[in-house]
This record gives sequence, C-alpha cells and structure tokens, in this order.
Amino acid sequence: MAAKQSWLMRNHRFFERHSYILLAGILVTVAIGGLIEIVPLFYLKNTIEKVEGVRPYTPLELAGQKIYLREGCYVCHSQMIRPLRDEVERYGHYSLAAESMYDHPFQWGSKRTGPDLARVGGKYSDDWHKQHLINPRSLVPESIMPPYAFLAAQPLNMTAIGDDMSVLRLAGVPYSQEMIDRAEDDARAQAGGDYDSEAMKAGYGALAGREGGVSVRDFDGEPGEPTEMDALIAYLQVLGAMVDFSTYEADDLSNRR
Amino acid sequence: MVADAPRGARLDPSTASVGLVLLVVFSLGLAGAANAADAGFAIHSWMFVIAAAAGLAGILIWHEAGAVTPVFDRAFYEEGVVKAGIVATMFWGIAGFLVGLIIALQLTWPSLFYFEGLPWTNFGRLRPLHTSAVIFAFGGNALIATSFYVVQRTCRTRLAGGMWPWFVFWGYQLFIAVAATGYLMGVTQGKEYAEPEWYADLWLTIVWVAYLAVFLATLLRRKEPHIYVANWFYLAFIVTIAMLHIVNNISLPASVAGSKSYSLFSGVQSALIQWWYGHNAVGFFLTAGFLAMMYYFIPKRVERPVWSYRLSIVHFWSLIFIYIWAGPHHLHYTALPQWAQTLGMTFSIMLWMPSWGGMINGLMTLSGAWDKLRTDPVVRMLVVSVAFYGMATFEGPLMSVREVNALSHYTDWGIGHVHSGALGWVGFVTFGAMYCLTQWVWKRPKLYSNALVEWHFWISTIGILLYIASMWVSGIMEGLMWRAHNEFGFLEYAFIETVSAKHISYIIRAAGGGLFLLGALIMVYNLVRTARGDAPAEDKKRAPDAPVLQPAE
Repeated sequence: MAAKQSWLMRNHRFFERHSYILLAGILVTVAIGGLIEIVPLFYLKNTIEKVEGVRPYTPLELAGQKIYLREGCYVCHSQMIRPLRDEVERYGHYSLAAESMYDHPFQWGSKRTGPDLARVGGKYSDDWHKQHLINPRSLVPESIMPPYAFLAAQPLNMTAIGDDMSVLRLAGVPYSQEMIDRAEDDARAQAGGDYDSEAMKAGYGALAGREGGVSVRDFDGEPGEPTEMDALIAYLQVLGAMVDFSTYEADDLSNRR
Repeated sequence: MVADAPRGARLDPSTASVGLVLLVVFSLGLAGAANAADAGFAIHSWMFVIAAAAGLAGILIWHEAGAVTPVFDRAFYEEGVVKAGIVATMFWGIAGFLVGLIIALQLTWPSLFYFEGLPWTNFGRLRPLHTSAVIFAFGGNALIATSFYVVQRTCRTRLAGGMWPWFVFWGYQLFIAVAATGYLMGVTQGKEYAEPEWYADLWLTIVWVAYLAVFLATLLRRKEPHIYVANWFYLAFIVTIAMLHIVNNISLPASVAGSKSYSLFSGVQSALIQWWYGHNAVGFFLTAGFLAMMYYFIPKRVERPVWSYRLSIVHFWSLIFIYIWAGPHHLHYTALPQWAQTLGMTFSIMLWMPSWGGMINGLMTLSGAWDKLRTDPVVRMLVVSVAFYGMATFEGPLMSVREVNALSHYTDWGIGHVHSGALGWVGFVTFGAMYCLTQWVWKRPKLYSNALVEWHFWISTIGILLYIASMWVSGIMEGLMWRAHNEFGFLEYAFIETVSAKHISYIIRAAGGGLFLLGALIMVYNLVRTARGDAPAEDKKRAPDAPVLQPAE
C-alpha cells in the first residue's frame, strides 16, 4: 500500500479516534433529513386545507376506531385513496389531508390485503357489516378476512371514552368540556338508546360546519347497551362520509396548490 | 447456609445501581398493578413486578455464590452475555418464523386457521407479533449480542459497565415479552413496527440508553487508537434508533394506569413521522447494524482485511446521511405534500449508491479467498446475504420511483421486497454470525457439522426464492388487476377476484416460509451440539495438520 495517505484518510482520523466526536458527527448527519422534511409540515398552512364537513369523531365512533386499532385492521386495510383513475373509480374521491386530521395516529395503512376503507361509510348496510364481521365468508366466499363474531357479545367499555377524549383534546382535537362530560350518554344516544341526541348532533354539526353528519341508529340491531359491534360499525359507516363530495370542488382556487 | 458462604466485601457499584433500578421498577409495577384501569395494564404491571423481583433475586444469589472470585475482571472478555444473546436470538428467531408461517397459512386457508372463539389468534393481532418477533426480538438480540462481542474484540477490552450489559440483555427480553403479550391482548398504538404502548416504549428507552452507555463506555476504554469500522455502524444504529424511537412514540396516555395512549401527532404529520421512523428502522436497525456484522464477521471468517477502507468511510457517512430522507417514498400519491414525496424519492434513488458501496466492500473482502465459498458453508451464507442486500437495495430505489410505486404500493410486491431483505440479508448475515460466534465463544475448534450448515443453506435459500418469487408474481399481478379496465372503460376486476387470484402464490409463499423455518431448526440443532462440544474429535476427511492447498492469488 502506498505510504502517503489520502486527504480523506488523514482527516477521518478526527472522527475515528474520538468516540464523542464520532457520536456527535453521526447525530448531526442523521438529524438533517428529518428536520427538513418534518418540521415544515407543522408550519406550512397548505399542508392541510380546511374542508367543510370534517369533524372529530363522536364518542361512539371514537370507541369504534379504538377497536379498529386494537384488532389491527390497519395491517390489511388502507384508508388512503390515491388520485389514480382505477382507485377513484373503485373507492371514490381521492383522500384529502383534512379527512385524517383527527386520526391519532393516522390510519392510512400500507397494504391492501383487503380493500381500501377510506370511503366505506354508507357503501354497505349496517346488517351487511354485522354479518360480514361475524363471518366474512358467509357473504364473500373467497374472503380471507378473520371472523369478528366476539364483537357482538362484547359490551362497549363506556367509562374509558371520556378519558380518551380528554387526552385527544390535549393533542389538539377540539372537543369541548361539555362533549367530554356527555361522552357516555352521547355514545348510548348514537347507538339508538333512549337518550337525547339533539345536543350531540348540534355540537358535532357545528364543528363540521354542516348539519346531518351524525348518524343515530342501532348499528348492531340489538337493543340495550352499546356493544363493540355497534361502535365498530358506527366508525366504519362514518369513514369518508363526513365530506359532501357533491358540493366539494377539487379545482376550486382555494383547493389548488 | 447463607451465613457460611464466603462473602465479598460489598456489592460492586454497577450491580448496586442495577439493583436500585430494579427496586424502582418493582415499586412502580406494584403501584400500576394496584391501580390498573384495564386488564392489559394489570397483566403488564405484574410482568414488570415479577421480572424485577426475579432480577433482584438473581443478583443476590449471584452475589452470594460468586463472591470469592473478583467480579467483572478486566483481564477477561465478558462472554456470558454474548452466549445468552445467541440463545435469545435463535429462540426468538424460531418463534418469529413460526408465527410468520402461521399467518401465511391463515391468508392461504382462512377457514382452517382462524378460530372464532379466539380473537387473539386473528391475523390482525398475530401480524405485529410476527414483525416484532423477527425484527426486534430476533434481529435486535442478534445486534446486541454481536455488538457486545465485536466491540470488546475490536477495542481489546472487557465490556464496560459491569452488571449493566446484563441489564440491557434482560431488560430487552422484558420489553419483547411485554410487547408480544400486548399484541395478543390488543394493546397497541396502531402504528406499524411501533405498536408497543407508552410504558413499553418508556422501558425500551431506559434499556436503550443503558445500551448506548455500555457501548460508548467500552469504546472510551479501548486499547486501540482507532475505532473499527464495524463500531461506527453499531454506534450509528444505536444512536439513530434512540432518536427515531423517542420522536415517533411521543404520545399521551389516556390514563397513567391504563394501557391506551394517543399519538400526539395526527393525519399527515403522523404519517410522515411514522414512515420517517419506519423506513429508518429498516435503514438503521436492519441495515446499519447488520452492516456492522458484515464488517466484522466476513473479514474474520475469511481472514482477509476489509477490501477498501476509503470506501467504508465514504459509504458510511453517505448511507447514514441519505437514509434518513427516504421515508416519504412510503407515502407516494397520498395526502402528503408532493414536495416531501419528491424529496423522499430522490434520496431513495441516491441511496442505491452507498448501499452498493457497502455490498461491494463486503463482497470484495473475499479477494484472494474466494475458494472459501466452496469449502466453508458459513462463508457462503455470509456472502449470499450480501448478495441479497445488493438485490434488495436495488429493488428498493426502483420501487420508490413514483410511477413504479403506483403499481407496487399496497401490493404483495412490498411484502416480497421486505422479505428478500429480511430473510436473505438480515437472516443470512445473522445466521452466518451466529455460526461463527457459537464456535468462538464456546471455544470449539469447529462446528458440530458442516454438512448440516450445507443443508441449512440450501433449504433456506430455496425457501427465500420461493417466497420472493411468489410475492413478485402475486404483487405485480394484483397491481395490474386493480388498474385493469375492460373495453368499455369500466374496471375489469372486482377486488375479491384479485384476492382469489393470489391463492396459488400464497401456497408457494407458505411453503417457502416453511422451508426457511426448517432450515433454522436444523441450525439450532447444529448450534446446540456445537456448544455442547459434540463435534467429532477429528475430521476424517482432512486432519488438522495435513498440508492444505493454497489458493491461487
């Protein structure tokens, strides 16, 4: 080997002979990319445009999302429709950033072992969902989805919902203290129980900027206290249903970037 | 009886400080168990209590029994923790491969492998168990074990920290156990590869900081002026994983005594932070750490120096700089702003070069020793792992191109790509390193059976090829079927038709995974016999002192 060392070899000694300098060099090197890509997303206003209709989840829907996460639905179902011809035809309008702004964490997914669910809301009846969750292959014989029959028998954990909403408020979701206090009753009301649902409809409608966005009915078709089936179906039925795409204009100047 | 035992003066400081930490964990665990808001949190609290109690008992028994000999004698390497690491690596490896096989079978024959009354056996809960078991349990233990071995040898000093390396080892196993049982109970943050809940994340942070401290302290007391290349990679892996883990897991627990937490970030920001984390779990956990293994075990096993020192420097810094940017390529065509997607794609393509720099440096280290490919199946395993690394790091940049990604994203192609990296690169380089380490730390002249290594190599290689080929076929097929339009301009296929079409590929994939598991089982048998010293006294084909043919230069 030649005796004379290159510039690189001579100067790299500085790093490879000092542990702390090597450590500092690594830290600086790996910090740059993330800082440049992530930090602006919190400051650039056009990252998430305000879209009419998008609102925080109601207590029942939120409980449903919790079940969606618990069961790992996101490992097989995406919630992100790309602006590609086939996806828009198959699933509906491409997903907007605002539609997932209240998802802590995001549920865009990375794999479609099953179909995308970003706009599954309103596509099938509650009965269909219930039957499909109990035994997917009874409705779709070739399906490879696991059965979720146990959800129908599992009473919903009502007491946790208020805590969940309080914490989400800390993270930036605009729940009011009144909404949090009313969480249990609102969940019962939305699942078709004998509770007043008007205050809930008005409150969440105000956050959405439009009326009629909260569906109130007995999702699992079983009277009595809400079950996990009620909550999950309520969540699935609101997916993609918040924004009224008959009035949304993608080409509107305010939506262009 | 205890009174009669010879007593050392007192607990050494490192053991005492570990004991103190365990006491705190014990108390917090009891408090958590007493106030638990849900069953998952209660079970996990008890796991912490039992683990801390076992740790304290272990320390006391060890202190009573071993007080006669000097503890943590700097004249010797710490090899016990490396041995434990080898056992843990293989144990979790088998567990992870097995769960992988089970979920592959679930997707192939759902009516046979789903059980209605057992929610915890559903795909959605087992899949995180599989990914965490192979990445963090199998891969992580391999990284900890090899880094502890390599840093001692290349610094010519005993591992620093006395009892702390053992804290890192057992603390990491506890993290795995908490994470794994959590998935089965449905305790999850709902973020891929970052599923463990907030308290498991906090625990891992403590363990990881201890790991960094042990590693760094060992570097600081080295008897070599230069820090060896492998240690740059290990250090980069440890530091960067700490950064990624902490930022991505910032969350607010719904109750301090409950398992559920909510990520501080939502929507777009949550997505980018998650894939900044997710892609660099690949880049720094599954790449930088395992490149460190390559840089130690290949030169050692073939007894040749690293091919180009300069290339090591260039590819090290460029790899760690560029990798961090690549995350947004997981979010093409999504609601993430396009400038971020484009940055991610650009850097992903640039990443091809430093990746291949590492591959070339690894492969060319065999210069002058290529004959070992024929004579030593362990070398062959190591070299094939580097070849798979080269393939996967070419495929990755290709898939990161927006137009290619439009086809490949959401499909099985991604699953195939991950497994060519995970089975081919991470799996094989770990297997190679474990064959070397078992022989070296148990001080055996050779492995129990080279023939079994041959069997392992070929069975697993065929398994990997079946796996990735079937996933290419099913992934590209479903991608094309999703976008196919008929002559009238309507979608040609219903979604469910693409699911049925993949059935054959799924059978082949499961067969491939089964072969990979079989190969690993053969390896475990071989390693156990090697560690026990069951190798035949002399090799009948070639006595150790018989003349050996020199390779042509």
